[in-house]
Amino acid sequence: MSATAGTSEDGMQIKDQVIAIIAEQAVLDPAEVTLDSTLEDLGIDSLGLVESIFAIEEAFDITIPFNANEPDKSDFDISDVAAIVAGIEKLIAAR
Amino acid sequence: MKRVVITGMGTINALGHTVPDTFAALAEGRCGIGPLMFRDADRLAIKIGAQVQNFDAAGRFTRQQLSLYDPFTQFALGAAQEAIDQSGLDLQGHLAERAGVILGTAGGGVSTWDDSYRTVYEDGKNRVHPFVVPRLMNNAAASHISMQFGIKGPSFTVSTACASSNHAMAQAFQMVRAGLAPVMISGGSESMLCFGGVKAWEGLRVMSPDGCRPFSATRNGMVQGEGAAIFVFEDLDHAKARGADILCEIRGFAMTSDAADVVMPSQDGAARAMAGALADGGINPEDVGYINAHGTGTAANDKTECAAIHDVFGDQATKLMVSSTKSMHGHVIGGTGAIELLACVMALRDGVIAPTIGYDRPDPECALDVVPNQARRADIDVALSNAFAFGGLNAVLALARL
Repeated sequence: MSATAGTSEDGMQIKDQVIAIIAEQAVLDPAEVTLDSTLEDLGIDSLGLVESIFAIEEAFDITIPFNANEPDKSDFDISDVAAIVAGIEKLIAAR
Repeated sequence: MKRVVITGMGTINALGHTVPDTFAALAEGRCGIGPLMFRDADRLAIKIGAQVQNFDAAGRFTRQQLSLYDPFTQFALGAAQEAIDQSGLDLQGHLAERAGVILGTAGGGVSTWDDSYRTVYEDGKNRVHPFVVPRLMNNAAASHISMQFGIKGPSFTVSTACASSNHAMAQAFQMVRAGLAPVMISGGSESMLCFGGVKAWEGLRVMSPDGCRPFSATRNGMVQGEGAAIFVFEDLDHAKARGADILCEIRGFAMTSDAADVVMPSQDGAARAMAGALADGGINPEDVGYINAHGTGTAANDKTECAAIHDVFGDQATKLMVSSTKSMHGHVIGGTGAIELLACVMALRDGVIAPTIGYDRPDPECALDVVPNQARRADIDVALSNAFAFGGLNAVLALARL
C-alpha cells in the first residue's frame, strides 16, 4: 500500500518526522525547528548535514542524491526545512 | 639534549578506569580477564578476554561525540583527561602550539569496521553511518585528543602491532629530548574485543582458551585485553619551572627489527632492543631492578624473551625482577606498552612490583624471578618496558627514578 502525499506508512506527517530528525541533530526541541529554518540557523554543520541525511534515508527507506562536494549541484534542495521536506516527499512518491 | 620526565598519566583498562584503581588492582594481583560479552560471542572458540567493564560512555560523552568516537577513541580521551588533569598543565597559547600527541594503536576503530561490515554483508544493507571513516581511522584517538585539549603541534599515530605504544612513546620522548616540543601527550589505545576482532586472532591459534599464565610451564597462549593509557611527557626544566609533580624520568629507548619471521620472536632482536635502551640511557645493567616483560603467555615469546634477558644481563638476570602484567590486564595489542608503562611507574614511584599472576608451575626455560602471583615491595632505580611486535619490530623504554 502506497502512502498518501505528505504522510508516511505509519501515518505520521513526513514534515514532523523530518523536523524531529533535524531537531535531534541540532539538539533542539522540535518546536524550535520551523519550515523556514535554514540548517545554518539551526547550527547544523557539514557533518551534521550528512548525519541528518543518513537518518532521513534510514527513516524513509529512500536514497537522497546529495554530494557534499557539490551541494548546489545536487538534485536535492537543502536551502531550508521546507525544501528538504518537499524533496523527501518527491523521493517517497517516486519510490 | 633535554631530560624528559612524566608529569601526568591516565588509563582506562579492564583493571580500572583511573590510574589509582589500576595500581590497586596490580598491587592486589587482581585478574581483569573474564567471559567476553558482546554480540555473537557464543560463536567464538576463544571466549575470554580482559574487557573494560562498566564504562559509562553515555555519561562521559554527548550523543554527537559518541557518533564520532569508536571505543578506542573513548578510552584514549578518558585516559588523556586524567593525565592532563594530573599534570596541571595549562595548554594555551605558545605551549599549545608546540605540544603534540603521538599515540600507538594496531587496529584503530576495529569495532567500527566490524559493525559497518556486518551492516553491509550480514544485514544486507546498502548504506552505513556517514562517520564510519572518521571513527575507524587509526589517528582518530590522537586527533580527538588534539581537538579536545587544543593541542596544536606535531601529532600523529604509530602502528606497529603489539609494539605500537612503545614506538609512539619512544618518538614522543625523542621529540621532547631533542627540544622540538616542551610537552608531548603520548601512549596508546586499542579496542579489538568484538566478534570480528577476536575471530581474526583465533585464526592464528595463539590464544589461550582458559587464561594468561606468562612464564608458567602451563601457559597456553595469550588473552586479549582492551583499553588505553596516556602520559604527559615533559622537558624536565619546563616541569621544574612550573613546580610540577614529577613521576619519573624517561631515560632511554631503543628500537630494533628482527628481519626474520613475521610472527616468531627473535632472541637477538629482543636482546639488541634491551641493550640499546640501556646504552641510550647510559644505564649499567646492574642498575635495572625491574623489567615489565612483553610476556604474552605464548610458548614462543616467553622463553625467547627470557633467553634475551640472560643475554643482556648475564649473571644479573636472575637478580632482577621480571613480571608480565598481561596476566591481569590482558594483551592490549597496540595499547599494551602504554598500560604496562604504568606498572613501571608504580615500581619506581611507589616501590610496588606488580606480579605475574596465574603462575602455577616453573618452566626451566623461563628461570627468572617473575614475581609470581603476589606483588612485592622493592626500591628500584631503573625499570625497562619491553614490547616485541608481530612483524619483528621491537621497542624498549627505560624509566628511572628521579
